[in-house]
Amino acid sequence: MGFITLFLIFFPLLVSLLLFAFRPGQAKVIALGASLLELVVSLVAVASFEKSAAVQFSVSMPWVASAGINFAVGIDGISLLLVLLTTVLVPFIILSSFGHTYDKPWTFYGLILMMQMALVGVFTALDGFLFYVFWEMALIPIYFICLIWGGADRGRITFKFFVYTLAGSLFMLVGLVYVYLQTPGSHSFSIEALYAAGRALPEFEQGLIFWAMFVAFAIKMPVFPFHTWQPDTYTVAPTQGTMLLSGIMLKMGIYGVLRWLVPVVPVGVQAWGFTAVVLSVIGILYASCIAIMQKDFKRLIAYSSIAHVGLISAGLFTLNPIGVQGALIQMLSHGIIVFALFYIIDIIFSRTQTRTLAELGGIRNAAPILTTVFVVVMLGSVALPFTSGFVGEFLLINSLFQYRPVLGALAGLTIILGAVYMLRSFQQSMLGEVTGKTSGFADLTGLEKAVLYPVVVLIVVIGVYPAPLLSLSESAVNNLLVLFSGYTALN
Amino acid sequence: MNALLVICGLGVVSLLAEIVNAKRWLTIVIALGLIAAAVLVASDWGTSRHHYYDMMVFDNFSLAFTGLITVVALLWFWMSADYFNNTSHRTDRSALVVFSIAGAVIMVSFNNMAMLFLGIEILSISLYVLAGSRKESLFSNEAAFKYFLMGSFATGFLLMGIALVYGATGSFDITVIGQRLAEHSGELRPFFYAGVLMMLIGMTFKMSAVPFHFWAPDVYEGSPSAVTAFMSTVVKIAAFAAFYRVFSICFSSVQSTWLGVIQVITVLTLVLANVTAVYQSSVKRMLAYSSVGHVGYILLAFISNDKASATTIFYYLTAYSVASLAAFGILMTLERSGSATVDSFAGLFKRNPLLAVGMTVAMLSLAGIPPLGGFFGKYLVFSLAINNGYTGLVIVAIVTSLIGVYYYFRVIIAMFFREPQAESTLEITGSQKVLILLLILLSIVLGIFPDCLLSLSLR
Repeated sequence: MGFITLFLIFFPLLVSLLLFAFRPGQAKVIALGASLLELVVSLVAVASFEKSAAVQFSVSMPWVASAGINFAVGIDGISLLLVLLTTVLVPFIILSSFGHTYDKPWTFYGLILMMQMALVGVFTALDGFLFYVFWEMALIPIYFICLIWGGADRGRITFKFFVYTLAGSLFMLVGLVYVYLQTPGSHSFSIEALYAAGRALPEFEQGLIFWAMFVAFAIKMPVFPFHTWQPDTYTVAPTQGTMLLSGIMLKMGIYGVLRWLVPVVPVGVQAWGFTAVVLSVIGILYASCIAIMQKDFKRLIAYSSIAHVGLISAGLFTLNPIGVQGALIQMLSHGIIVFALFYIIDIIFSRTQTRTLAELGGIRNAAPILTTVFVVVMLGSVALPFTSGFVGEFLLINSLFQYRPVLGALAGLTIILGAVYMLRSFQQSMLGEVTGKTSGFADLTGLEKAVLYPVVVLIVVIGVYPAPLLSLSESAVNNLLVLFSGYTALN
Repeated sequence: MNALLVICGLGVVSLLAEIVNAKRWLTIVIALGLIAAAVLVASDWGTSRHHYYDMMVFDNFSLAFTGLITVVALLWFWMSADYFNNTSHRTDRSALVVFSIAGAVIMVSFNNMAMLFLGIEILSISLYVLAGSRKESLFSNEAAFKYFLMGSFATGFLLMGIALVYGATGSFDITVIGQRLAEHSGELRPFFYAGVLMMLIGMTFKMSAVPFHFWAPDVYEGSPSAVTAFMSTVVKIAAFAAFYRVFSICFSSVQSTWLGVIQVITVLTLVLANVTAVYQSSVKRMLAYSSVGHVGYILLAFISNDKASATTIFYYLTAYSVASLAAFGILMTLERSGSATVDSFAGLFKRNPLLAVGMTVAMLSLAGIPPLGGFFGKYLVFSLAINNGYTGLVIVAIVTSLIGVYYYFRVIIAMFFREPQAESTLEITGSQKVLILLLILLSIVLGIFPDCLLSLSLR
């Protein structure tokens, strides 16, 4: 069954190369078809997935034999959820772009598919080196998407984004190589070898490696104080780029913590986990407060994304099963909701040519369907019960309360602050008087409905009945935590 | 050895071509000759033949580097067709280039200090002339003059160093010297160490490592771009291989004399070259400083002095040469229609996407971004250095890599983000298209299948 993983990784790459080579005019349709096929295959993987902790659909072959590097990929419960997030969101992202005409569309859609390849690769890699290569490869397409089709001053902003993330990754590489050199014999990058070698290190070295790798993940998510690239980049990127960045790419950081940080240096994580939680909670409060002050709608959502990710990261570093499961479910939920929010902003922008909240208003009367959709998405974002946001945030805050009640209480403020900025933005854009820009606002078109309706359904369905998703990852998460507590107990 | 004979023969043929009026066929003859040389290298693989009373040794190390030099030279001839066409000096230029290739091959296969000196001189004297081959340009004249003066100065150091080492050990043969040093390490005369350091200075000069790099930017900028490309690929490969042979085979038992010096040189090279490159507005000059910067990474692999050092250096030089050739090839295409500042790259993606993509791949590879060859080279260097306790230097190298990203990305940002200054699309010939595609492909293949080179045993 290993070919499913190989297909999921290489099919998007193949299509993107074909797009580059043949430059078809109908690139968007081809890309959509390819991403739908990818979705179908990932659903097949879900259907045939056995709910155990074991890695399935795995493939392993020598890649650079002389350096102990293997091309090893496979899917366990945690990977599966993230692969699913990628394969579900990418078709929506492509479909959401149909309203735009991009210059050189074959390049644009080719880069999106190339990005999908790297993302699936990151989520399935079982070799440290391979993980790093996919991790970096994800950066290239998104950089060019932002650089070629982004907004004003994109040269400077995207460069900052690139250097930030690359700096983090290089330190991660040093960390990985350091652990790799501890592996016995002629060294190996395989995940088991790295786990064994990392755990055997003394606490001080584990702490150093923790920081080398945590910085890379923290920049990607981003966790305070490594977030300064994010608001500018999200704002300047084309809508589809922002969706890729916030919907899927930041989950690479969270996944990296789960797969490559916690099991490799458990003692380091135990020593520094509290610091990471505190940083994350600071990020929640800080970003929420800034979000309240934002005038630009897209920027507001960018900051809200920092707050939400801060909560995920805080819950994750509590390292209890509720927190980790909550993080996983919230990753999916946040991906879907943030995608919908950016799409709604894009719809409003395409009609009014503005994203400044003060210039909007009174859209409700002209566009009741859009308003209704927005309400559902917004409620998901502020974690109202029976939306997907509730399940995740509830689990996360619960785990934080168990960890340190004070931190739980502080993190709990995110729900209140989130309600403040989301309701305020809703009120300013949808309610109130019609302004010059919003007069003659047209309601959703068929295409926009086709994108948003399924998303709304997903938000509600996951909120009402999250059990099937949770059960996919449950045993993998338990397995991970048993490993973690087993090793930290020994020390 | 056969490869060297073929290359020398090609040089003579180039000279004769003027007389028998066979200029039109010359490029083809040279290309076929270089292919033949590469095939001869491949057929000799695994043998270790000594020639001329052990003055030349063709072991796997020298065969690998000879092969690399011939292949890179072949690609270089393909790339710089313009440099030879439309000139009345076609045969002289070809002959000079071919002879300097012969010098380079000698530099990677000597076993005797005298041959080392001959190799360096054959290479350098041809290059002095080539640097000045754009006779009407003042910059070209300046470059030739500067290169010649500085080069002779460095040669003086090298020769004096060889003499002192000979005086202390009584031999020119590097394996014999190596043995004597190992046996009598306690009873060496002080001037021996002076000799080693003088040789070190002479050779780092040829590699253009900081602080002996000051000639490089001016010479690289003033010389015709084709010659610059040649200097920063073929010459660099040869200089490094020679340096490796002398210091790791011959002087390895007196490592404490020179290791500290080279460590300092490594740090200086990494930091100064990369920082200075940031301030260059001319892409050619930026590439000159970047090539000095890459010397720093290779030196880092060298001082790690591991059994894998040779393979790492070989891989790094291959990846670096492929990317450099692509960058210079595209630079030359742009130069034909004007200057070569970062501004002239503005909007290249709109003017000619293939050139822009080729340049992007080259820049990304030089910056060390996966999955390209440059990345794997950097990875090998870092991993080797960490393994040998140079974690601190690796941190320095990482910071300088990030600085490198800054100046490489300026070109990329200009190509994709800024509006073109000239509206016209840029046409290139079919042969250039194929070459750029080939170089892109090579960069990717090197990164994805590094084992094709790493599995070669250079011992």
